[in-house]
Amino acid sequence: MAREQMTGSEIVLKALTEQGVTEIFGYPGGAVLPIYDAIFQQNRIRHILVRQEGGAVHAAEGYARSTGKVGVVLVTSGPGATNAVTGLTDALMDSIPVICLTGQVPTHLIGNDAFQEADTTGITRPCTKHNYLVKDTEDLARVVHEAFHVATSGRPGPVVIDLPKDVLMALGSYTAKSKVKVKSYAPQVKGDLGAVKRAVEAIAKAKKPLIYAGGGVINSGPAASQLLTQFVKMTGAPCTLTLMGLGAFPASDKQYMGMVGMHGTYESNMAMHDCDAMVCIGARFDDRVTGLLSKFAPNSTKIHVDIDPSSINKNVPVDIPIIGDIAHVLEDMIKIWRSTQAKVDAKALKSWWTEIDAWRSIECLKYTQDKKTIKPQYAIERLYELSKKSKKDTFITTEVGQHQMWAAQYFHFEKPNRWMTSGGLGTMGYGLPAAMGVQVAHPDALVVDIAGEASYLMNMQELSTIAQYRLPVKSFILNNFYMGMVRQWQELLHGGRYAESYMSSLPDFVKLAETFGMVGLRATKPSEVDDVINEMINTDQAVIVDVHVDQKENVFPMIPSGAAHNEMLLGPDDKTEKPVSEEGMVLV
Amino acid sequence: MNAEIQVENSHTIAVLVDNEPGVLARVIGLFSGRGYNIESLTVAETDNVNNMSRITIVTTGTPMIIEQIKAQLGRLVPVHNVTDLTTEGASVERELALVKVVGEGEKRVESLRIADIFRARVVDSTNSSFVFEIVGDTGKLDAFIRLMEPLGLTDVSRTGVAAISRGVTALDAAY
Repeated sequence: MAREQMTGSEIVLKALTEQGVTEIFGYPGGAVLPIYDAIFQQNRIRHILVRQEGGAVHAAEGYARSTGKVGVVLVTSGPGATNAVTGLTDALMDSIPVICLTGQVPTHLIGNDAFQEADTTGITRPCTKHNYLVKDTEDLARVVHEAFHVATSGRPGPVVIDLPKDVLMALGSYTAKSKVKVKSYAPQVKGDLGAVKRAVEAIAKAKKPLIYAGGGVINSGPAASQLLTQFVKMTGAPCTLTLMGLGAFPASDKQYMGMVGMHGTYESNMAMHDCDAMVCIGARFDDRVTGLLSKFAPNSTKIHVDIDPSSINKNVPVDIPIIGDIAHVLEDMIKIWRSTQAKVDAKALKSWWTEIDAWRSIECLKYTQDKKTIKPQYAIERLYELSKKSKKDTFITTEVGQHQMWAAQYFHFEKPNRWMTSGGLGTMGYGLPAAMGVQVAHPDALVVDIAGEASYLMNMQELSTIAQYRLPVKSFILNNFYMGMVRQWQELLHGGRYAESYMSSLPDFVKLAETFGMVGLRATKPSEVDDVINEMINTDQAVIVDVHVDQKENVFPMIPSGAAHNEMLLGPDDKTEKPVSEEGMVLV
Repeated sequence: MNAEIQVENSHTIAVLVDNEPGVLARVIGLFSGRGYNIESLTVAETDNVNNMSRITIVTTGTPMIIEQIKAQLGRLVPVHNVTDLTTEGASVERELALVKVVGEGEKRVESLRIADIFRARVVDSTNSSFVFEIVGDTGKLDAFIRLMEPLGLTDVSRTGVAAISRGVTALDAAY
């Protein structure tokens, strides 16, 4: 019996609807016009028109990261697809579930160098978790459903579906989600219980345990964060988080030591170096975290919980690997901890905390705010305090650079999914479109892009999108007229020769806001900071705040490249005593 | 890290994949993108009912790198099974080569004599040339080709390694 026939475009939209998609971010063009025509004729999926395809992917990332849902992108062939590549790579590095539908020239023209043709599946193969080129309308529904399965299961990631125009226009039949069986991809979610048991024993036996958690906890869902908190409490161990993991454990908790890694806190890094049992949960021993590998936590038993087997033993050999979903594994760990009545060595733990408290007393994040120049740290600290006071549900996105690190250090998160940053790829220009995506998903929330002026310029065309959809996104620009992190490294490694890291001719950000019908505010003195932040929070439309901060401020503490965790620079005066090694110079 | 971890060894890895466009590019791209070696790679459809191909890869690396390669292959979506034939029990490896030798007189006779010792077959012959077909493990083929060099070797075509485990165990496609 012939099933109901519909066009490829209708099939795509029906499949997206069945997958629960309500918003997509995109930009039209010749090859995807059939889908746009189908979008026009329905009202279940809302399309957000961005100003450049790169912005669409970052918006989808922000949307996904703040909701736990899949972010969906729709772009045209050729330049539409190539503009999406940076965002796709970003999503791959940070494990964000994104589906990117790309238009393609009709099948009979593929390979002919047709107008706006690019080998999209070829170009995106290394920067996606998987990609598809659909050549038959009958395959469309199956591929879309399979793509959602791939994007969300295991370690999440971006999936591209390349859609030739003739496939979108031809008639075909729809296959329901329940009828699609994915034959090859079934990641393991439950951890090996033997390994979990060994891990519990190792933690209980440890004299200096440490829990180091990352973005995997957030990807596993809010339950994983609660289980993590429960587990940290049970063990009495100190907890540190990676840049991607901020919010997975409440920052106000006594057992929290702050972020780990290159610009993490002194106490986190010292504890990481000295611990005798480390539980890495949903993190991947990234080079920003480990510092010099040969001196990384040299005396510790390492336990690694990760859903991706390829993350295990990639950079750091571990003693007890556990492959599985974080929430599942933590649940088992807690169960086994209880059933075996595991007891910690209270005396050892107490002296471990005495050591940690001594490191804490250094107050590595201390800075001095004078009356003249705004310290960037102060601006963020005030933003944190005043947004907390406003009691609004606050979501922070960032661009990439010094401001990003200060945001990570001075803004504190109690809950997961509130912090969106480009960690792995370090994509300047991420924050504004990401904030846009977050605001689309959370229309009533306070969404702030903590930005640097250089990054901000990379995707500020999206201000037009923000204006069009009346999204009350707040841009909080720490303006120091430099690519601050580039300048910091030039100072540290290249004799202070600031090659091309200064920008003149920046726009007047207040007037820029006004051009788009937004509110523009500026603070140049410390005494003005609170006022502009309060005004920003209380304005229920988009605001750009231009905060002129100390141009010479650098991010500290810092593990210089090629150094170990216990060789941190605590401030600007520290660097002359410990020059960066030659080995460290070549690292990024 | 101790010396044992740093030792590089050759491994033969069998990978069962969906026979679909781009799957080979994914595997090769993984190796080039992550800087792994490919010493030999063989691929062909082996199951036309379930539409699956078998890729045999010979690669070298430290135990940590080999483990990475297997994990990275395993997470590719069209991959059903990854088996390290070098570590998981005994296996048989075979390769086929076609070897062209051009020459006359004593050298020509000598090449034929050596071919006989190696049990290579003559699959093409002219008055001044032979094409030998030789099957064996990589070492045997290497030795044969080396002996042919002074005797007028002009052209070699090798299939790369095909490998299979000994005994009753088989690669399981049900992933």
